[in-house]
Amino acid sequence: MARLTINGQIRDVEVDPDTPLLWVIREQVGLTGTKFGCGIAQCGACTVHIDGVATRSCALPVSAVGDDQKIVTIEGLSPDGSHPVQRAWLALDVPQCGYCQSGMIMASAALLQQNPKPSDDDISAEITNICRCGTYPKVRAAIHMAAEGGATKQAG
Amino acid sequence: MTYQPNVSRRAFIAGSAAAIGGFTLGFHVPFADAAMAQGASALPPEVNAWVVVKPDETVIIRIARSEMGQGTLTGLAQLVAEELECDWSKVTTEYPTPGENLARNRVWGSYSTGGSRGIRDSESYVRQGGAAAREMLIAAAAAQWKVPAGDCKAAKGVITHTASGRTTTFGKVADAAAAQTPPINIKLKDPKDWTIAGKPLPRLDTADKLTGKQIYGADLRLPGMLVATIKACPVFGGKVASFDAAAVAGKPGVRKVVQVDDNAVAVVADTWWQAKTALDALPITWDEGPNKNLSSADIAGTLAAGLDAPDAFVGNKQGDAKAALAGAAKTVTATYSFPYLNHATMEPMNATALYTADKCEVWVPTQNGEASLAVAAEAAGLPVQKCDVHKLLLGGGFGRRGNFQDYVRQAVLIAKQMPGTPVKLLWSREEDMLHGAYHPITQAKLTGGFDAQGNLTVFHMRISGQSILAAVRPEGMQGGMDPVVFQGLTANSPEGHMGYTIPNVLVDHAMRNPPIPPGFWRGVNLNQNTLYMECFMDELAHAAGVDPLAFRRKLMANHPKHRGVLEAVAARIDWDKPAPAGVHRGIAHTMGFGSYVAAAAEVSVDKGQLKIHRIVAATDAGHAVNPAQIERQVEGSFVYGLSACLYGECTVKGGRMEQENFDTYEVLRLAEMPAVETIVMPSGGFWGGVGEPTIAVAAPAVLNALFAATGKRIRTLPLKNHPLA
Repeated sequence: MARLTINGQIRDVEVDPDTPLLWVIREQVGLTGTKFGCGIAQCGACTVHIDGVATRSCALPVSAVGDDQKIVTIEGLSPDGSHPVQRAWLALDVPQCGYCQSGMIMASAALLQQNPKPSDDDISAEITNICRCGTYPKVRAAIHMAAEGGATKQAG
Repeated sequence: MTYQPNVSRRAFIAGSAAAIGGFTLGFHVPFADAAMAQGASALPPEVNAWVVVKPDETVIIRIARSEMGQGTLTGLAQLVAEELECDWSKVTTEYPTPGENLARNRVWGSYSTGGSRGIRDSESYVRQGGAAAREMLIAAAAAQWKVPAGDCKAAKGVITHTASGRTTTFGKVADAAAAQTPPINIKLKDPKDWTIAGKPLPRLDTADKLTGKQIYGADLRLPGMLVATIKACPVFGGKVASFDAAAVAGKPGVRKVVQVDDNAVAVVADTWWQAKTALDALPITWDEGPNKNLSSADIAGTLAAGLDAPDAFVGNKQGDAKAALAGAAKTVTATYSFPYLNHATMEPMNATALYTADKCEVWVPTQNGEASLAVAAEAAGLPVQKCDVHKLLLGGGFGRRGNFQDYVRQAVLIAKQMPGTPVKLLWSREEDMLHGAYHPITQAKLTGGFDAQGNLTVFHMRISGQSILAAVRPEGMQGGMDPVVFQGLTANSPEGHMGYTIPNVLVDHAMRNPPIPPGFWRGVNLNQNTLYMECFMDELAHAAGVDPLAFRRKLMANHPKHRGVLEAVAARIDWDKPAPAGVHRGIAHTMGFGSYVAAAAEVSVDKGQLKIHRIVAATDAGHAVNPAQIERQVEGSFVYGLSACLYGECTVKGGRMEQENFDTYEVLRLAEMPAVETIVMPSGGFWGGVGEPTIAVAAPAVLNALFAATGKRIRTLPLKNHPLA
């Protein structure tokens, strides 16, 4: 049994304490926006926020997360996709296949929370998620756009 | 014809259907049974196979090819909408199932989405589909008004009778339009008149990818569904000797331990993590079979022996290369190699299957729904008419999910052992890395010969290595030869021919097929062929003491489109002016998948560290359906191509791959990604592909720049194995 606070809701889940947080989020809680990519915290597709810090959830046992810690998943980043990072992503039409993008968006949102005007070097150091389609240039541009508060419409 | 799209299924997958009612319907709507479908759906009948218009003016465009990030869904919708003359803001899309295609005599054509063919193979008939629907909508309005259809026109979903100014909308006449006789061979619009196609429109499928709403195969949930994960013998060609199911039968959530074919074992459980935990604990004894001692060194030795073997298949022959080499004033020879690579899609392989005695349905992210259907039917042991496949968005494809449907077969074989229960099979990353359809391995020995005046008079490329077709599509072989081996190196194939005129040319292939399963890896054989060709051209230029661009130009007079893209990147990167201090340039071009592409790179090397500062790329695909998506495909091609160049290799030891995850199979990350400037330069008159060709120029442009920077000629990938300090 674990008690978690996910997207502002308290969730009691019946689960083995060694189960990675990712699988609790996906299978017990049913939020599938957070993705499985590697299982060893290498690719970042499973990134969520724990108390505001970008965290790779696929290798983190659920027992390591306290019930007072606030977990935010992609579904809880904003009620309607209006977080500045999501708006910038829409404006620059960033995703290709999109599978890694929940993790990219969560990592980027956490970066901007800590560093509202990141430099290119800051972005390079902090955004280490893997994208195989190759959205990196658009990811970088969208982080800058979100930092500048410039996203108001979709790309045309 | 009152075909109804399977709305209940779609709504169900979106997670909003009212449970079992929709579920049952989704499984059992027989699309041949029009009466039942009619009663089950609130949608209006289609105008034709490609177009449905709802009363609220929403236009549903049917897409047969798969979307895997490459933008084909949006591009094909643009082409249909262009001819349809609808309001683009009202366009949505849907996938008809492969079973529906079969039942309707393949009205949507091929579902195969590979070879950069999604748009170029189907543009003609999808545009005809849009145009026919437009004519039928106009004819319906004209009939209501009792005026000649020729006096009416359509624009943005509104039909106007020119003389009277009377108007109506697509949604109002869609029902009547469906009854019109479909016209055929309609004159399509000249691309210069396009207003929707040819424009850099945003993708249609972005919004749900930003909020977690988008459902991929790995995310699918069906009522009563169980989840499985699988382990096949890690040694290629090995089998299951035995396993002790009782050892894990009591573990939490475990429902069943099943053998799959003769080489794999799967655990079915309530959740994936339970299945994974139990599978990891399951004692399995493997019969490792004949390849258990195979190593990369063995394979390299086998290929090396082919470099000088007497017999080889000839892919391109002009003049007499052997005689010309014997008479050359100077020759240059170099040997290159290219390793095995895994596609490493971000979403591991998966498929969900529901089997009953008389029906089998599969939900799967697939590049070829019809291939999935065929494999599902075979595995189920049911007639194909009793099976269907529901395509889901792919979390990456890159060639892994087209010709190869091993995960579909496995999912059906598992589900068959649990009739009536939907089972989702999801591979671990380790399983994905150990059971790929690997980029084939080859070596090449290249020889160039100059006459006394320094002219390149002869070129010989001997390729030794693996044939994809021999392993996976033997019906494509031509008298024992695999024509795909020669991608980009042929004399005149419209798919890709060599961009140089040299009096004596021989390109031949000594086929050597190690027991490692090869596959179509984004770019396929163009990747290594272009690397060999373009790095060696640089070697020849260097040997001749001529600038690499000038050296190529001299051989390209008869190849204006090849030269066009090469000149474009050279001009943009200021090739004729000095590079910034410490920065060095390289250049490469090729033709593949019917398109002409080139790249120029600027790099520096500091304390043994390569930094790629800038890439300029040019693409001439004949037509540019969506320039913004082409730009993204080109950028992505560098990520894929540079991942291979810098890090990519799967090595064999003990008959299995050594790399099992991203810690040992490294890929390019954001920090290393250079700025890419993309020149989209469609010259018209042909339709080339976009998703793949540019990958091939990434490595040679960078390696040629690296040579300019260091004097080191890298002839084997990946670069991580070569210290630069």
